[in-house]
Amino acid sequence: MTDFLNDWGLTIPTLLPLVAAVVMMLIPKAEEETHKVVALATSLVVAVFGVLLLLNFDFDRTKDLQFAVDIGWIDIIRSRFTIGVDGIALPLILLTMFVVPLVIIYSWNHFPEPHNPKAFLILIMILHTGMLGSFVAQDLILFFVFFEVVLLPMYFMIGVWGGEQRQYASIKFFLYTLFGSALMIVSFLALFVLTGAETFNMVQLAEQVAAREIALSTQVLIFGGMFMGFGIKVPMFPFHTWLPDAHTQAPTQGSVILAAVLLKLGTYGFVRIALPILPDAAIEWAPWIGLLAVIGIIYGALGCLAQTDMKRLIAFSSVAHMGYVMLGIATLTDFGINAAIFGMVAHGLITGMLFFIAGSIKERFHTLEIKRLGGLLKQAPRMGWILGLTTMASLGLPGLAGFWGEFPAILAAYNPAEGLNVTLFRAYMVIAALGTVLAAAYLLWLYQRTAFGEPKEEFAHEHVHDMHVTEWIAWIPMVIAFVVLGLMPGLLFGMMDGAVTNMVRTAFGG
Amino acid sequence: MSLLASLAAQAAQPVTPVTSVLVETPSVDWWGLLPLILLAAPAMVLLHASSLLRRVFRGFYATASVGIAGTAAAFAIVQWFRVTDLDGGRGPYTTVASAYTVDGYSVFITVVLCVAVIVSSLVADGYLRREGLDGAETYALLLLSASGGVVMASANDLIVLFLGLEVLSIPVYVLAASHLRRSASQEAGFKYFILGAFASAFFLYGIALVYGATGSTNLGTIRQTLQDDPFVDGGALLLAGAAFLLVGFGFKVAAVPFHAWTPDVYQGAPSPVVSYMASGVKAAGFAGLVRVFDVTLAGQVRDWQPIVVGLAVLTLLGGSVLAVAQTDVKRMLAYSSISHAGFLLVGVAVASPEGAAAVLFYLAAYGLMIGGTFAVVTAVAGPGEQATGIDAFRGLGRRQPMLALGFTVLLFAQTGVPLTSGFFAKFGVIKAAVDGGWYWLAAVAMLSAVVGAFVYLRLVVAMFMVEDIDPHHGDGDVVAATPAPVAMPAALTLALAATVVATLVVGFLPGLLTDLAGDAVPVVLATLP
Repeated sequence: MTDFLNDWGLTIPTLLPLVAAVVMMLIPKAEEETHKVVALATSLVVAVFGVLLLLNFDFDRTKDLQFAVDIGWIDIIRSRFTIGVDGIALPLILLTMFVVPLVIIYSWNHFPEPHNPKAFLILIMILHTGMLGSFVAQDLILFFVFFEVVLLPMYFMIGVWGGEQRQYASIKFFLYTLFGSALMIVSFLALFVLTGAETFNMVQLAEQVAAREIALSTQVLIFGGMFMGFGIKVPMFPFHTWLPDAHTQAPTQGSVILAAVLLKLGTYGFVRIALPILPDAAIEWAPWIGLLAVIGIIYGALGCLAQTDMKRLIAFSSVAHMGYVMLGIATLTDFGINAAIFGMVAHGLITGMLFFIAGSIKERFHTLEIKRLGGLLKQAPRMGWILGLTTMASLGLPGLAGFWGEFPAILAAYNPAEGLNVTLFRAYMVIAALGTVLAAAYLLWLYQRTAFGEPKEEFAHEHVHDMHVTEWIAWIPMVIAFVVLGLMPGLLFGMMDGAVTNMVRTAFGG
Repeated sequence: MSLLASLAAQAAQPVTPVTSVLVETPSVDWWGLLPLILLAAPAMVLLHASSLLRRVFRGFYATASVGIAGTAAAFAIVQWFRVTDLDGGRGPYTTVASAYTVDGYSVFITVVLCVAVIVSSLVADGYLRREGLDGAETYALLLLSASGGVVMASANDLIVLFLGLEVLSIPVYVLAASHLRRSASQEAGFKYFILGAFASAFFLYGIALVYGATGSTNLGTIRQTLQDDPFVDGGALLLAGAAFLLVGFGFKVAAVPFHAWTPDVYQGAPSPVVSYMASGVKAAGFAGLVRVFDVTLAGQVRDWQPIVVGLAVLTLLGGSVLAVAQTDVKRMLAYSSISHAGFLLVGVAVASPEGAAAVLFYLAAYGLMIGGTFAVVTAVAGPGEQATGIDAFRGLGRRQPMLALGFTVLLFAQTGVPLTSGFFAKFGVIKAAVDGGWYWLAAVAMLSAVVGAFVYLRLVVAMFMVEDIDPHHGDGDVVAATPAPVAMPAALTLALAATVVATLVVGFLPGLLTDLAGDAVPVVLATLP
């Protein structure tokens, strides 16, 4: 079993969804049930692999790449199919494997217009491969390929199944991300050429950079290219403007996947690629990243207060939450980066859940305009309670997962890595802490306006169906996950701490 | 028979000086010229046969054209093993008094040209019948033009290069104007001819100046002369000559600022011809450009590199930015092809074997993509090529999902999305640029690709994300309720399917093509005398 997993444990779940997508292309469009079953079965098999990986993961050496595979791929450009998983990637891989089946279950009877489950599920399958591939890739080109593969299905999902402004939103999403990728690939190539490395292997590149004297200014420029690629994906202020549009226009499933996994590709890129390979440049960049992160926190929060649309509000809250993640990363300490990865998982679960609920509200009331909503607790009490719990988690209530992403990140800014300006980061800390107050304000205000009070006149006499079976099945695991992680954060910290500490020690000597 | 016999007799016995004037004819390696002959001679036969044969079965000429180009490609591939496999084969060599090179590079371009002809012929088959223009002429001209392209790719002498350029171009002037009943086509042919002739004049003048500076038109001799004495008399003469040559090439490959003909010609010329222009003519033009600048004038790289880099930047940005402003798909593709030429120029500008290999890969990949793209445009545009606006693509995803899907793959390939050949094409060029230390150039190229992406996305949006044209809501006065389904002739479908599959296969397994392109290049750089 272990041998099998060592050889195939990552390759099969990564490529299986792609195979499923090809199979589904051959099944006639009319057989919707078959499509749903194939997609769900595939995602469940992938999830089973996730469980097996978790059980067989050696927690004593989380810093090492496990289940690693390294075979030739494109020899002429020295790119290899190098995959593996360590304590940093594992939480995000599990998050992806966890969320995708739930999205498919949620979709079961909820396919957005223009329906067409075949195409919709094929896109989800391709997305699945792209997301898992990005997290397991240990070769820069392989990573880049998967990173870009993610772009296409999401583009179509927003553009075809989206809302009124879907064309604008989808093109904006595509072009913003492509703009970042364009500079990122130049950075990757510059890194490869300057180090004279044998392959695009990330670990080797990091060693090569450490061994060779590459001018700091060059390193800073290369980091800048990566910063554009990853920072736009996160998204960091001022590159965040694609996000509210994409989220608002995307169908519920798209929003959930976007929030839960896609945004993490950016922050993961910083932790996996930018920091370990270019630590010196990271120290130069960190104050600026920290600055943009806290601006994002405050700007996102103020943006939330100004929104009239529930989905747009949640989208802006993502900007704020990812700000905490980036602040954690900018401290360049093991403490901060641990918090950042925890924050990624927590944000994925909680914000994904908020988008699920927003989607269901939209389906029932055909609007997400906050002032037309109200009294959800009266009309659909169970959904109202779940919304309440999720908003509490989102604002960082201790005991729920959101807390462990935000609080340690703020704390880490008190004592940033050696070489960073302590006063500056403490200032960031204060500003970020203020951000939590604003977060409480906008989330509680949102909850108050949508769930409390009497239903508005126009919906008062409508029968509103409370939770459907598919919603129960899709949502309860999410809620359990963020409650359990909130109560026992050690589950996740234990998984990644070794890897993070090792990375920080190797890169920054701290 | 008697002629053949006398020829054989001549070859058998040594020529004795019977007359007072002895004309020494250079030795000719017919085997090396075979792909060229196999393109040109059957084209003539085809042309004459068409006037003799009264009735031929439907699609005979297209089949013949595909067969001829396929045979030429097959023999070129046989040659490939002779000239690249240095152990068994004889390696690259020149023939016809060192005027004609047979090396991996020329063979590679020959195959690219043959494939361009095959794709265009398949698309032309249905097109010509639809437009009532069926006949052998189009195919014969395509084949003749390709033979010119082969000469251009193989030329080891500036005069031969010019000969190739003209044989390549003149049939295309005619082809551009070949739609007799469309004034746009006439205009395109005329415009292309005038500007093309202008460019040829520049080119000739450039040849004259280079000859004046170096005393030879043979590329190998020129290179040797310049190596021996980099400060030959009249260095300025040489540079002026090189500049004029560059202008000539610039017209052929549609580099900004020599691109002005492109949008009008692309819009007016019949789509199958445009397909060949974008894939075949471009390939031949770049083949000559690389051989003259990257190989022959390799020693003068410091002199010409800034100019080519400047051209590349202008072409990249000009093409992609102007493409955004277009509403006609053929014009849009014209500008986007200019932007692709910019990428290719980056590969030329870095002046390295990697750059040349990247250019080859790009030409092969782009030729397939653009061939398939114009197949779709041909089909969608309908009789008389009326429907070439973006509106024609509205709702195609719903009406004909397979067609739209194939087109989408080709568009994304041109965008440079991974898992399509387009990604590795761009990747190769960018890598060559970074390898050469041209970081900013690589960044400019990638950013122009992002701008260019908008163009392709607009088409994808039109196909998948816009409702069918609503008769009550149209922009014009009266709009047809449901557009008639796009007719897809079998040959065109075959061309589209083949190009899409090839684009994806190369996207998944780029090694298939990168290895070939890599093998083709160092040879050309190493062998010239």
